[in-house]
Amino acid sequence: MTTEKVQTRTDFPAQPPEFPEHPSTPYLRMDRIPHVWCPGCGIGTVVKCFATALENKEVDLDKASVVSGIGCSGRAAGYLKLDGFHTTHGRAIPFATGLKLGRPELLVTVFSGDGDLSGIGGNHFIHAARRNMDLLVILINNFIYGMTGGQNAPTTPLSAKSSTMPFGNFEPPFNLPHLAASCGASYVARWTCLHIRRLTWAMEEAIERKGFRLIEVIAPCPTLYARLNKLGTGLDGLRFYHDNAEIRHGADTRELDIDFQKGIVCGRFVDEDKPTFSERMNDHYNHVLGEKYRPMPPEGGWLHE
Amino acid sequence: MNADPLGVLTGAHYLDGDFACGEGAMAAGCRFVAGYPITPSTEVVERISRRFPMMGGTFIQMEDELASMAAVVGGSWTGTKSMTVTSGPGFSLMMENIGLAAMMETPCVVVNVQRGGPSTGLPTMVGQADVMQARWGSHGDYEIIALSPQSPQEAFDLTIDAFNLSERYRVPVMFLMDECVGHMTERVVIPEPEAIEIEPRRLTAKPQDEFNPYEINGEPVPEFARAGDGFRFHTTGLTHDERGYPMMTVECQESCVRRLLEKIQDNVADIVRFEEEETDDADVVVVTYGITARVARLGIDLARRRGIKVGSLRLITIWPFPEERIRRLAGEVGALVVPEINYGQLVLEVERCAGGNCAVQAVSHGGGAVHDPEDIAAAIVEAAP
Repeated sequence: MTTEKVQTRTDFPAQPPEFPEHPSTPYLRMDRIPHVWCPGCGIGTVVKCFATALENKEVDLDKASVVSGIGCSGRAAGYLKLDGFHTTHGRAIPFATGLKLGRPELLVTVFSGDGDLSGIGGNHFIHAARRNMDLLVILINNFIYGMTGGQNAPTTPLSAKSSTMPFGNFEPPFNLPHLAASCGASYVARWTCLHIRRLTWAMEEAIERKGFRLIEVIAPCPTLYARLNKLGTGLDGLRFYHDNAEIRHGADTRELDIDFQKGIVCGRFVDEDKPTFSERMNDHYNHVLGEKYRPMPPEGGWLHE
Repeated sequence: MNADPLGVLTGAHYLDGDFACGEGAMAAGCRFVAGYPITPSTEVVERISRRFPMMGGTFIQMEDELASMAAVVGGSWTGTKSMTVTSGPGFSLMMENIGLAAMMETPCVVVNVQRGGPSTGLPTMVGQADVMQARWGSHGDYEIIALSPQSPQEAFDLTIDAFNLSERYRVPVMFLMDECVGHMTERVVIPEPEAIEIEPRRLTAKPQDEFNPYEINGEPVPEFARAGDGFRFHTTGLTHDERGYPMMTVECQESCVRRLLEKIQDNVADIVRFEEEETDDADVVVVTYGITARVARLGIDLARRRGIKVGSLRLITIWPFPEERIRRLAGEVGALVVPEINYGQLVLEVERCAGGNCAVQAVSHGGGAVHDPEDIAAAIVEAAP
């Protein structure tokens, strides 16, 4: 065995070199960086994928809003340089519904976590899917309430430990793609934050679709979920996804349950052209009221200008 | 500026208070309503949902009142004037996002047609027991404005005022009706659109890269940017600086929250409205609001016939509370009598402002009916010096 002495470098330039701007800079609030997320957390990767999707689809950023609830993922609205709304716990979807109906021309994206959207906000989630409300919902699922310290979530797999289920979780978790699909969502996909290209493509695809679009992204929480369950670092989480994620486009959503440290089925499960809430409303009123119907103008209600 | 003619049903009508409130909202330019059905408020949204499709408005019946209030805050950030309508149990659920509206400084109107409580209480019968909840119902320190109409005509007129005040102070305005005013049918005169003054949203004229969503320039409230106008701003329910960025410091809490209070407290004279009758040489003044003001009129007449010099102070604005007026009255009269359909809520404010300078007598009623005017008269006689 040889030990090599590490040489201490002393020839640093007086000024650090000029780095080219990061390609996602125009999409981010750089004055808020560094962000709050832990090393190894997957949320930042998802934000980067979304920024890339916005760039690749040449989305008009002035007309794009992002709405978050509360929690680690709920901070995403604060880092994207769009009209950003950091709202109350669980209410991102109804808040976003108001934005979309108040100004129909907006592209409204909800960016939040599993606890926020499927726990406290679960009722809003199923009703927005039922209405096929025109919202792109990016739901980051890290199986736990991260920001409050690792409590059990409606997504925590059976037997996984959390700070409020210290002997292991005995409540069955949600199968979120199945929940959204069975309620009427027009687009449903699941990826992990290791699948950065496929996740970006899914976001690009979803930006072009309409109606209630759910992209569930499985992401590691090394600080809480992984620590409480002895699953290692964020990198170990990505390695697990690499070894255990299986891509099955069009899979029956009934078979998408996630068990503790078992395979994760990814892919695009639902992609249907269905009328949205606003399309149904406009078609219906045009039919029954004819010329008397005046829809909300794309730029919003009576603006007194 | 004047009202949008599409929303104004000019003419003399025979309407109940709920319908009149809905007409007031449409005349005020409201074009987004999210609500959940609850007695005795539902007629407001029934009226609106029938007329909105003809004037470019959208009504959505949400899954609950949490969602209704959240949608209203979102709707308002597009610049579209927004409102929700409810009664006690739904009002409780709305408190979460009323706090968000206060923190984000979102103009909006929350109509509460009060019924008897607590909990499910008396769904179809009158109450006035939400006046303290309207002021203090959401957690933390904030100010709101609350108005209380006594008739269907006022339900129309004051709903317009509620929207105008919400725009001027960027604050949620509580419209505290009660079941009696809501279900009472009377003549309501709706003027020509040109005769209705509307407060527009104070949209910023700043260049997009120089705009900060919570920067104030000597005004009580910041200028507004709508979602979708290219300002790409951020707003949050967290304590925030003038950029709208979260800032967890003692200093930022002080500047952020104090301004939420002062924008109302410093403008009480502009906001507060009340009506007085014969208070100049009164021995007793009856302080009332909502339907109780009309019932108290009979009680006052009865007491006058018994030789008591009674005046009346009818509160149109409940919050902010007309402290100054009560304070001065307390130094001039022997007693203030406060009938309300609860076990003593606004009377606490009257007592506080009277500061021991005159007697304060509550006339409580648990709800389900209005007062017997004889009870109010008896309280006046008893309180008279």
